[in-house]
Amino acid sequence: MTGNEAVAMGVKLANVGFISAYPITPQTTIVEKLAEMVANREIGARYVEVESEHSAMGAVFASELAGVRSYTATSSHGLLYMHEMLHWTAGQRLPVVMSVVNRSIGPPWNIWSEQTDSMNQRDTGWMQVYCESNQEALDTILMGYKIAESKDVMLPLMSMEDAFILSHTSEPVELPSQEEADSFLPRLDLPFRIDTGNPLGYGSYSTPDGPFMELKKDMMESMKNSRQAIKKVTREFADTFGRDYSGLLEEYMMSDADYALIASGTLASTGKYVVKNLREKGLKVGLLRIRFFRPFPDRELIEAVSGLKGVGVLDRSVSFGTAGSMTNEVRAALYGKADIPVAGFIAGLGGRDVRIEDFRKMYSMIADGFSGSTYINARGGE
Amino acid sequence: MFEIRFHGRGGQGAVTASKILALAAFKEGKYAVSFPFFGTERRGAPVTAFTRIDPDPILLKTQVYTPDAVIVLDSYVMNSADVMNGLDSEGFLIVNTSADPEKISRSFRVATVDATAIAVDHGLGNRTNPIINTAMIGALSKVTGIISRNAALSAVRELSPRKKDENASAADQAYDLVKIGWAE
Repeated sequence: MTGNEAVAMGVKLANVGFISAYPITPQTTIVEKLAEMVANREIGARYVEVESEHSAMGAVFASELAGVRSYTATSSHGLLYMHEMLHWTAGQRLPVVMSVVNRSIGPPWNIWSEQTDSMNQRDTGWMQVYCESNQEALDTILMGYKIAESKDVMLPLMSMEDAFILSHTSEPVELPSQEEADSFLPRLDLPFRIDTGNPLGYGSYSTPDGPFMELKKDMMESMKNSRQAIKKVTREFADTFGRDYSGLLEEYMMSDADYALIASGTLASTGKYVVKNLREKGLKVGLLRIRFFRPFPDRELIEAVSGLKGVGVLDRSVSFGTAGSMTNEVRAALYGKADIPVAGFIAGLGGRDVRIEDFRKMYSMIADGFSGSTYINARGGE
Repeated sequence: MFEIRFHGRGGQGAVTASKILALAAFKEGKYAVSFPFFGTERRGAPVTAFTRIDPDPILLKTQVYTPDAVIVLDSYVMNSADVMNGLDSEGFLIVNTSADPEKISRSFRVATVDATAIAVDHGLGNRTNPIINTAMIGALSKVTGIISRNAALSAVRELSPRKKDENASAADQAYDLVKIGWAE
């Protein structure tokens, strides 16, 4: 099945009770499939059509606050249009799970893969997972709700798929049974909810002296708590289904590596293929896959790069005026903690294919001690 | 790893063909992935789709640059797209045409099949808009041997949204009728 079909199956298995979404390429086939499931009564959810992504998140906000497990999905400009409501959902501490099919931002119009859309949402208080396979895209919906709904977390989570490279690619996926999914993910029991029998106001007002600052501090604390929840839930998932996603950061062929590339999503998958080939030629290289970008796996990275001679960060996104979005964060995390060059590579913008030779070039630049930021396979020089 | 690239036009079923092939390989215990390359996708525009088949899980997620086989669903695409790009002399080139393989090229292992005629005979689409992807799967099975005849037919049946028997029969007939242009 395709990545988008796998996501829709994950939503079904998670017993989601409410879905609201606005279609946008390449997310469309997720919500088409879910609308079909709702129409055929294969899933007990209510599906509400809206006129925009801003309203979709508004609807999901309200249903989740009523204690119903809720879901939405979007991409690119749709996600940007939703931005304001992302802050509200996180600030209201609603454990919504959303799928984002990573697509570039115009102009010019372009429907292909790029992570700038979700990188733009890093400060909204949502947890962020970047998936590398259709199986992971399905499994992350189940794990995502369990992490988000952990009592000491209570924050929303967005799960990313690269446009087309996952969303429209078919590959074998193991489907958990509904019974297995139910035993892994219990029903939502929201500790606070809209209740006509006990009327309370939510999200009202706070002066500078009010609890505003403390509430933000508490969100940061919960984000910190999520690290443990992620590790615990990932372990429980591995015990139940036999698939181990190794928490926030995945290490690939790192045990005796001298050089490593840090990547996410499907770029990490192709990177692993290249690492395997370079290893066969005797080169001591490895790969670190950032699964969670929020919370950021800083401690895990510091530990993983110890003993390395150099690393590089591969970004399929750009933060104009600095470097690739992940590159900045990795450099900040390692500053003063690891004395190695950190190269920054921007590649694959607007869906440009990142080829095997591009990966080889990056590994060779890392081995040469490159510590600047550059583009890979872009015309007009670096 | 065996890599296949499909060339067709929007609406001809290149993407579905790539999925049928992947499913057939999966049925025979192999790992397979299929994916489209969408340009400005609309009916009639050139479309490319890919399938990768391997005994091990497939990590590589780039486009296919050095295909082992190229399948051309619409021979007119050959005028506007470099369908042979990356194909070496041992590579398979399978074209939907009534012409003989020698007329297409002598540089590759070329096979031709009149999938349009087969599709029309089976009531799949019509002369101007025939559904030829399932016949091409039958030809591909015979020419490359990467999937067995049985796996091909069973995958065609499973992924055809309607006229399952007709599609399977078209694939079966194409298996027999494909013209192989090199000495085996």
